[in-house]
Amino acid sequence: MLKNRIIPCLDVKNGRVVKGINFVDLQDAGDPVEQAKIYSDGGADEICFLDITASNENRDTIYDVVEKTSRKCFVPLTVGGGVRNVEDINKLLNCGADKVSINTAAVQNPEVVVESSKKFGSQCIVVAIDAKKSGDKWEIFTHGGRNNTGIDAIEYAKKMEDSGAGELLVTSMDRDGTQVGYDIELMSKISSMVNVPVIASGGVGNLDHLVDGIKLGNASAVLAASIFHYGKHSVKEAKEYLDSKGIPVRI
Amino acid sequence: MNVTIVDYNSGNISSVINSFEEVAKDKVNIEVTSDLNKIKSSDKVVLPGQGSFKSCVDALNNISGLVDALSEFAINNKKPLLGICVGLQMFADIGYEETETKGLGWISGKVSKIDNQNGKYKLPHIGWNQINIVKDSKIYNDIQNNSHMYFVHSYEFIPEDKSVISATTDYSSKIACSVEKDNIFGTQFHPEKSDKTGLKIIDNFIKL
Repeated sequence: MLKNRIIPCLDVKNGRVVKGINFVDLQDAGDPVEQAKIYSDGGADEICFLDITASNENRDTIYDVVEKTSRKCFVPLTVGGGVRNVEDINKLLNCGADKVSINTAAVQNPEVVVESSKKFGSQCIVVAIDAKKSGDKWEIFTHGGRNNTGIDAIEYAKKMEDSGAGELLVTSMDRDGTQVGYDIELMSKISSMVNVPVIASGGVGNLDHLVDGIKLGNASAVLAASIFHYGKHSVKEAKEYLDSKGIPVRI
Repeated sequence: MNVTIVDYNSGNISSVINSFEEVAKDKVNIEVTSDLNKIKSSDKVVLPGQGSFKSCVDALNNISGLVDALSEFAINNKKPLLGICVGLQMFADIGYEETETKGLGWISGKVSKIDNQNGKYKLPHIGWNQINIVKDSKIYNDIQNNSHMYFVHSYEFIPEDKSVISATTDYSSKIACSVEKDNIFGTQFHPEKSDKTGLKIIDNFIKL
């Protein structure tokens, strides 16, 4: 039976983890490679890096991080943030990323998704959808949530599936950082609309939120950042909790 | 010993290279090449494959003499070869992804889209699924039945002779997720992404 996945996400800026696990035995708390290794040893089903490097001159730092991580972690590694074109994707894959997540570039030029999924295969193309509730629908935001495009998120999700996305990483901008739980309605609407797996993101504050994302939101995988940071919960605890709620997980 | 990972522009093979290097350490020499002579003289060959069946077959055919070199290695000289994902699928006679495409024809059978039962099953089949080992295979030495492996695929290999199947996984139906025919091995899942269990399979292959 296929298991639901738990994906810890690390924000990386200029090659350093911004928020991370605060374990006493960590030699270098800001080292993304070391943090990723802790997650994979703890049973993370995949690792996600979100590169939030703002300046262009430091953009290359992520390639080094990916290369080092892929030599130490033997679970799938997804990298997103600032991916602009097919060449960026190619570089990340060559450094050892298994999947690349595309956000703003996919909205601005959906052809990037078509072209890259043809070139590298859908299995490594994740489209990241940042959506915010507006009346009775959801709209797509780009540039890390700063720009409202007015595009309907549900229709966009379908379009991205048709363009060749192998997975959709759906983040609720309303919930992101709030720790009040995923936007379940958004997740389940998109999940029922598309046939590719949906990864739920944005708003996890406790382990029940992970359960809800899968049971109510019909997500195939749940992504979370802050609950795994500072040792609030380990990936192992999360998995055991999901298992106790009858959700199939890899233990 | 030399283990050659065939580099034929089949997509992203960094993870395959990293995992083999991790397992091999300094004991085994890992080559990544499409050089025909190096392939022929290698002790073991790994045939990765990402993207579509058609794109991988086209990429193999694009390198003059590569298919013949692989056939000489695996069919004539009967040396151990491991196909991963589309690398396994290409053992088939024919594949139906994008368009009908001829495979290597090493193991009779076809590669068809997984029946998603009208949307009941999401495709691609992505994530960790358990394998049911149905045949004593050397690559499963010290691997427990029902171990989890990482899968990413929408198409499945359906061999004519079911006795080549060494493990199955449940997704919509019982999918053949690994095969073994004499010296030819293949996994539909990605051992290079399947954590310690996957590395153990790679180790088993290297030790064959």
